[in-house]
Formats: sequence, C-alpha cells, structure tokens
Amino acid sequence: MNEREYVTFKIGTQVFGASVSEIHDVFRPSNTTTVPLSAPEIAGVLNLRGRIVTAIDGRARLGLPPKDKDDGRTLAIGVERDGESFGLIIDEIGEVLRLDADSLEQNPVNLDPVWASVSRGVHRLDNRLLVIMDIDRMLSPPGGDEVAAAA
Amino acid sequence: MGVKMDDLLREFLTETADSLEVIDTELVRFESDPDDKDTLNNIFRLVHTIKGTCGFLGLPRLEAVAHAGETLLGLFREGTLKVTPEAVTLVLDSIDRIKALLGHLAAEHVEPEGNDRDIISRLEAHAEGGLSGVAGGAAVAAAAPPAAPVSAEPDFSEDPELAQAAGATTGRWDPDQQRYLRPGEVSMAELEAAFLATEGPAEIKNAKPTETEEGEGRKGAISTNATIRVNVDVLENLMTMVSELVLTRNQLMQMLRTVADSEFKAPLQRLSGITGELQECVMKTRMQPIGSAWKKLPRIVRDACQDLHKKIELVMEGEATELDRQVLDLIKDPLTHMIRNSCDHGVESPEDRIAAGKPETGTIKLRAYHEGGHIIIEVSDDGQGLKTERIRQKAVEKGIVDPLEAHGMTDAQVHRLVFAPGFSTAAQVTNMSGRGVGMDVVKTNVELIGGTIDLRSRRGEGTTFSIKIPLTLAIISALIIGVGEHRFALPQLSVLELVRAGPQCEQKIEFIKNTRVLRLRNRLLPLVSLEGILGLSMDGSEPQADELAYIVVMQVGDTRFGLIVDQVFDTEEIVVKPLSKRLGSVAQYSGATILGDGAVIMILDPGGVAKSISNLETTMRRVNQEEASRSSGDYVSGEKTTLLLFSAGGEEPRACPLNLVTRLEDLDATTFEMTQRGPVVQYRGRLMPLVHAAGTHALKNEGRQSILVFSQGESVIGLAVDAILDIVEDNLTIQLSDMTQGVLGTAVLKGKSTEIIDISYYLNQADQGWAEAAAAGERKAKRQRILLVDSHPFFRNMLAPLVNAAGYDVVVAESLEDAQTKLARGSVFDAVLADTDHPSKMDQFQAIVAQGGNGPVIPLSSKSEAPSTVLGPAVPKSDRYALLAALDSALRSRGEAA
Repeated sequence: MNEREYVTFKIGTQVFGASVSEIHDVFRPSNTTTVPLSAPEIAGVLNLRGRIVTAIDGRARLGLPPKDKDDGRTLAIGVERDGESFGLIIDEIGEVLRLDADSLEQNPVNLDPVWASVSRGVHRLDNRLLVIMDIDRMLSPPGGDEVAAAA
Repeated sequence: MGVKMDDLLREFLTETADSLEVIDTELVRFESDPDDKDTLNNIFRLVHTIKGTCGFLGLPRLEAVAHAGETLLGLFREGTLKVTPEAVTLVLDSIDRIKALLGHLAAEHVEPEGNDRDIISRLEAHAEGGLSGVAGGAAVAAAAPPAAPVSAEPDFSEDPELAQAAGATTGRWDPDQQRYLRPGEVSMAELEAAFLATEGPAEIKNAKPTETEEGEGRKGAISTNATIRVNVDVLENLMTMVSELVLTRNQLMQMLRTVADSEFKAPLQRLSGITGELQECVMKTRMQPIGSAWKKLPRIVRDACQDLHKKIELVMEGEATELDRQVLDLIKDPLTHMIRNSCDHGVESPEDRIAAGKPETGTIKLRAYHEGGHIIIEVSDDGQGLKTERIRQKAVEKGIVDPLEAHGMTDAQVHRLVFAPGFSTAAQVTNMSGRGVGMDVVKTNVELIGGTIDLRSRRGEGTTFSIKIPLTLAIISALIIGVGEHRFALPQLSVLELVRAGPQCEQKIEFIKNTRVLRLRNRLLPLVSLEGILGLSMDGSEPQADELAYIVVMQVGDTRFGLIVDQVFDTEEIVVKPLSKRLGSVAQYSGATILGDGAVIMILDPGGVAKSISNLETTMRRVNQEEASRSSGDYVSGEKTTLLLFSAGGEEPRACPLNLVTRLEDLDATTFEMTQRGPVVQYRGRLMPLVHAAGTHALKNEGRQSILVFSQGESVIGLAVDAILDIVEDNLTIQLSDMTQGVLGTAVLKGKSTEIIDISYYLNQADQGWAEAAAAGERKAKRQRILLVDSHPFFRNMLAPLVNAAGYDVVVAESLEDAQTKLARGSVFDAVLADTDHPSKMDQFQAIVAQGGNGPVIPLSSKSEAPSTVLGPAVPKSDRYALLAALDSALRSRGEAA
C-alpha cells in the first residue's frame, strides 16, 4: 500500500488535507497587522517568534464569505516556502490521516476553477470528501492557472 | 575530487581575486616610479604565487598566462628590460585575461576551452625584444604588434560571456598607435570578472596596508594579518539572530517598565547592555573600509589618461572609512562611473589646462567621511566645471525642460539637469562615458540604497559630486507614524522635518483645486495624505481646510512634499526585514520590521510614495525645484502679497495675486472651441470662456495650455498663459502705469521687473455676454451697495472688481476722509469695507458710518494673519473667500436686524 500522511483541517465547512511534510507547524495567529493595498486574500503580517509571517486568509483565497464573528479560535498552518514564512488561516484543525495514495481521485470536472487550481484531487472517506490541497498554489496569488483550469 | 577540490578552488579564487586587485594598484604605482623595487617585488611575488597555485590545481591556461607575465616582470626586476607604459599595459592586459579566466572558473568550475596564444605571444615578444638588447619602447612596440594578429582570436565559443570579456580585452589594443583604444570596455570585463570572482567567501580583512606600513608589512603582510575568512551567510545569520535578540530585549524592557519593583531589573539592565554591545560588534563584522571599493580606480584613471591623452592624478582620502559590505557592493559601480565621468568631462587636456593657467596635471579627489550616521563620498575635480549654457540648451533640445522653464532656472538647478534621465553632457560621445550610462543611472543606483546625490560646479574651477549614503541597510533609523489604526515606519533619511498644521497652528493646509498645499517658509509644499495613498479613505471626499494634522516633510530626489499623517510616535532604530514576495508588488513598501512591542509594521518606501503623487500640479513641482535663492531673514516688515508669476507673449514675467486665482489648470488645447463671442472650453460641466493674457491669437491649438481659472460668482473664466513660472511672496511696490490696458503697473520681483496684470480687465474681456448672462439671473434685483476704503491703489484695483463680480455695487474711496465725503453725500451703503491703516481713526470713522444708517464696517488687513481691531477681527485682503464670506454674513445680519 502506498500510504501518505495528511493533516486535515476545515476552511468553511469543507475538510481539506495537506501533506504532513509540507506543514511546518500550527499556530494561533495574534496581533496580525493588516497591510493596505495588498491582495484581498492577504490577511496581514504577524510576528511569530521573531519571524515575520505573511498570513493568507483561506476563506478569502477560496472565495468563501468571511467568518461571521471572530470566536478567537482562529488557527493558522505554518508553511515555509522559499525561505519565507507563511500562515494559512483555517477554521479548524482535524486529525492526521493515513490514506492510500492510489485511492486519490481526480477533481470533479465541474469543480469551481479557483478550487480546482488548489486541489490535487479528492479522497472519498466514509462520511465526507477530503480535498487534498496544493499548499504552494494556495499561497500563490490566484491567477493564470485558474483561467487555464476553467477553459 | 568532489567537495575537497571545490573548497580548494574556492579558496584559490578568493585569494587570487584579492591578489589581482593589489597587482592592479601596485602596477599603476610602479609605472609612475619604476625604481621602486619593493613594489615590483611584491607584484612579482603575487604573480608567481598565482602561477604556482595554478600549476598545483591543474589549470594550464591560467598557469601559461601567469608564467608569461612573470617572465616579463622578471626582466623588469633584473633590470634587463626598461619599464615603459607599453610594457605595463601589456602586463595589465595579461592580468585582465587572468581575471576573465577566473570569472569563467568561478562560474563553471573548469577553465574555458581555447588558449591564450595571443596575449602570451605579445608578452614573449616584448620580453624577447628586451632580451635581445633592443630595450627601448619603440623597438619593442614594433616587435609586439605582429604577434597579435597571428595569434588570432582565442577560442571562446564555449562561453559567450567570456568571449565578450576577452574580446574587449584584445580589441582595445591598437597595433598602429601602440595605445589603448577602448579602456572603458576592458574595465567592464574587469568588473564582470571581479564580480564573479568575489562571489565566494567574504573578504574580511584589515584595511589594506597604508603607505607607512608598507616597508615592513610587505614581506609578511598576509601571514601576520590576524584575520580569518568567514562565509557571508554565517555573518548574515548572526546578524539576523542578533536582531531578534534586540527585539526580545526591547520586549522585556517594555514589560518591566510597567512593574514598579522587580528583582529582574538589574540582570535585565546588564542583558540590555551586553545585547547592545553584541549588536555593535556584529555590525562591525559587516563593515569594510571603503578603500576596498576604490582599488580599481587608480587603474581606471590610468587607462583613461592614456586613452584621452590627459594627465590626471587621483587623490584618495578616507579609505579607512567603514561601511556595510552590502552598501559597499552597491556603491562600487556608481563610483566607477563617476570617476570615469570626471576623467572624461571634468579634467581638461594638458594644453587647455596650461592655457587656462592651471598645472598641466589635473587632480581628481576622492574623499569619504562619516557625518551623522551617514557616509559622504565626494568626487571632485579641478577641471573646467559644467557648461551651464550648454546644459540648458541641451536640456531644452532633449525636451527635458521647456525653454521658459529653463530660462528661469538658477545655475545650480541647471547643473542638476545632468541627473535627468536621457541626459548626456558630452558634446562628443566618447568611449569613456558615452555608453548609454548617464548620471541618471548613477543617481538611480544611489537612491536605490537610500542615498542622495548632489553636485556643485564652478566654471573653470571644477565640479564636485557628493553622495550621501546610509552606513548600513540592515538597521535604519525610522520615524514611526500612524494613520487610523495603522502604524508605519518611514526611513528617517528622507524626512526633512515635521510640521503640525491646523486652525490653531502657525501653518494651515490650503487648497489649489483639490490639491492640498502647505505654505512653508515662503514655499508651497504639495501635500498628500498617507490615508489616500494607501487607499484607506476616499481621498476624493470634500477636503476640509481646517483639518488638524501632522505633516511629515519629505524629500525624494528633487521632489519635496508633505505627507499628512494622523500621528507621529517616535524615532526608532529598526531592523529591516525583506518584504514577502506576496507583498513585493506594492510599490509603497520597502520592507517590514518588528517593533519593540512585537507588532509587525510595514516600512514605507519614500520613492514609492513619491511616485504615487506624480499627479501633483506642475506648479508645485516647479516650486519644489526652486532653489531657495531668495535671502531669508532680511524681510522688510510690511505688506506681503503672494503672487503667481507667469509668462505670456514674451519672456518677461508677469504676475497676479495668487489669492485671486481659483485654480491652476493644464488643459488639452484641442478641446477648445471657437464661438462668436470668443474661445470657450468645456470645464467641469459648463462652458468656460477663455482669454489669453497676450491676446486671443496666442491661445494654443494643440498640446497643453496652462490656464488660470477665476471664479466670478457662479461663472468661471479662464485666463490662458504661456507658462506658470513661480510663486513669490514679496513686499509689493507697484509703479502704477496708465499706459497699457490690462496692466496695473510694474513691480520688481525676484530682481526682475514684472508686470502686474489687471485681472479685472481680462475678466471683463472674457466676461462680456457670458458671465453677464450667466450671472444676471442670480443677481438680486436690488444690488447692495458697498463702500470700499483703501489707500493702496493696488488693493483698490484688486478688490473692487472682486466685490463687484460677487454681485455688489462698489464705490471706492481713497482714504477715510474721502470716504466721509462720499458718505456725507447722503448715499446709504449696506456695508463698508475699510482698511485699518489708521487704527486710531477707526472709532471715529465707525461713528460717522453708523450715523448715516449705513451697514457695518468690516475691517480689512493686508496681513495674512489678520490682527484684531476695535471693530473685531480684521479680514485679510488677500483671502477673497474670507472677504466675501465676511461681507455676506455682515449683510445677512443687517438684513435680519432690519
């Protein structure tokens, strides 16, 4: 069996999975400074143990409405990429799953192009669908590839 | 091989790059003093070492070239060959070739294909010429050239970069003339090679031995230096960690401040002190003497002298001045270009110098010193100075400035045009500096590292360029400012001063069109709000004149402007962290930093901020460029009027009071329409009649037309002028003129006789029909009568049409006595506007006015900060809005009372 380990998390109501190896840590973002003129999905910058982290709002990136009210339970997934620190803001963190890579299915063709651009595929679990997230794409500005995906 | 070999190779590259730099400098010195055996020995030893190491590492091409060079040097040493400039040039050529080969080696880890027969045969030919006893420049020279063609081009097909570099090396030798042809290009190759070669470990070492040390330092200099090589990455890492330590320290200190008594206090004090020292030490490891960036310069000057047949001595001062290695790297190229520029354009030919009564040898002086957290680098020459008129002419030809603007510029302003993009001063493009790289590139590079550049020049005496750069880029002094909830850091280098503006303050924010301006010491400063720039507010909203704000006065290049912010907190030393790639596209930021309280804030990029205000009024820019040539401090107390200077139908300036002007516009002339009543233009949803100050025929048909917009009640009128020149505040002494229509008189402004135009004349000209028709409906059936009392003809002429245009009938009196006569005639005035020239008589005057059942007396003052009078606060004459508002409210209250 070709097993992979995934960290699962929720953005909105959807459960996503990301490869454990891609995730540096999970932290509670605090004291985030918003950056005027930045792209809408950039939640701001914050100080995480002396490093400057650029926070990406998962909901905004996926075109979801913002959270009703801040319940103080916001979490972020820390990712190191090209020597830079990023934090992907999520709603809830879940368990770590071991899944067979062979059971990964392709994105449904009618998937929203923005979602399709950040999804590597879908795992069918017993009671829900797990979308495997391409963290790199998720942290990149939305653009070119989505248009291509939509076409 | 693998890792081990790589390490050896890297070590070799670094060491050799150092040696080659020394050789360059030493050779130039040797050439001027061929008897200096020590210098020659040093050169010989260095070349010999290179040769030896190459043999050991198995680098045949390098070894062969070094060997040929060493042989020639050996003959110098034995005294069998005479030292001639040609011979030295030949050795320098071989050094260049070695550099090019090293460059390839650094990039590819192998020697390039091909051979170096060309340069080796030349070296050998020269050496043989010496050995055969025909030691003499001419004979050797004759022997050398044929070798070059025979050797043909070296095979560089494998590596285009090297081919280019080497091509330049060979190409600059002119066999017929026995001199360099294109030294500029060689230096490029040299820079390229050196750049590649120094990619390895950092060059951490002491300042190069100074002249005095050389005697004993020579033999054991390298071995006895108490230095080690450390990888730059290690240093960078160290720096980052210290920065974080400093932040943590700051956090702790801040926490402790709120605790009254704590046992942690003493140890934390100590920790704080140590952290500070550590930070300083780590900063020092990044520091390098500026001399290391100057090593190539003697060679460049030498090459330039040969090429240009000039005699130039390069004097360097302050080589030991230290600055951050990152800054050092970035300043190298601009400096090289400036030195070339001085050689080429600055210093004259020996003949010209002698003719001008100067010593035959010119001097270029390079000087570096610290000044308040910055380093100043000066490049000065004792050459011909800048040709002001030539630059002016050139700038106009190239369309950098328009002729009128150029005409009005001071010499210093004209000189600064050499920094304008697309400007090249050389009448004749030469190889030296005519390579498309102008001073504008130098300026851009300097500004890129947060520096500034300026120059001063005197015809016949020379030119001095001075560069001011920060010591380090890693830690900068920044002003922390606030807008709404946001805080930002603004690099202190571009901040000139802080001004508080508001109703209670000395300074007030004023408006021209929708542009906010600040009158600051006789100059108009364009203002922008940071809120607007960052899209935090609707900047288009109705601006308020009475807002209270902090204004950060900033200078970026030539642009001076004020940034409106809500709060100013503090100046802090901040550690600059690079911007995330996701934020890199926002030009307004240059980085981010962590403050003492742990919050991350963005660092504003002054250049980016300045760019986002590029839509400022042209006038503002011109005002900014305006040198503060007027002497300050010797103001004569008295009436001051702010005047707008412009030109129309001639070069002599004309003027009108600025406060009469509603707006300044720059309109597309093709949108002008001709009607029977004259030219008009669609302006803000209605037709605006136009009149040109030099006659309607002077109105442009195409391009942009500068327009002064005047409001008359509800209608607007445009007065077209050729160009807006300046804004001056001056004591106005008008010589009245009765001769010319449309001219009130002349006054001397900025040392020039200036016509003060009669605006009412032009307005009436444009007004006929138009404004009448537009305003007639709105004018009240019964016009109110106003008595205007002013002893000053200028103000009478200025205010009467203004009040008239606002819909009142105006009777003018020259004095209080005159006014009394007019009052005595029995006419009743709804209001009296009176100048408070004679405050003592005002009481009595008011009594007379009141007796006749007239309206209130509104006191006027010619001062802009209106004084209080017995009749209440006076209204400034220069403020047309305040005046009309006061009149309106006075009449209204009279109406209500009645």
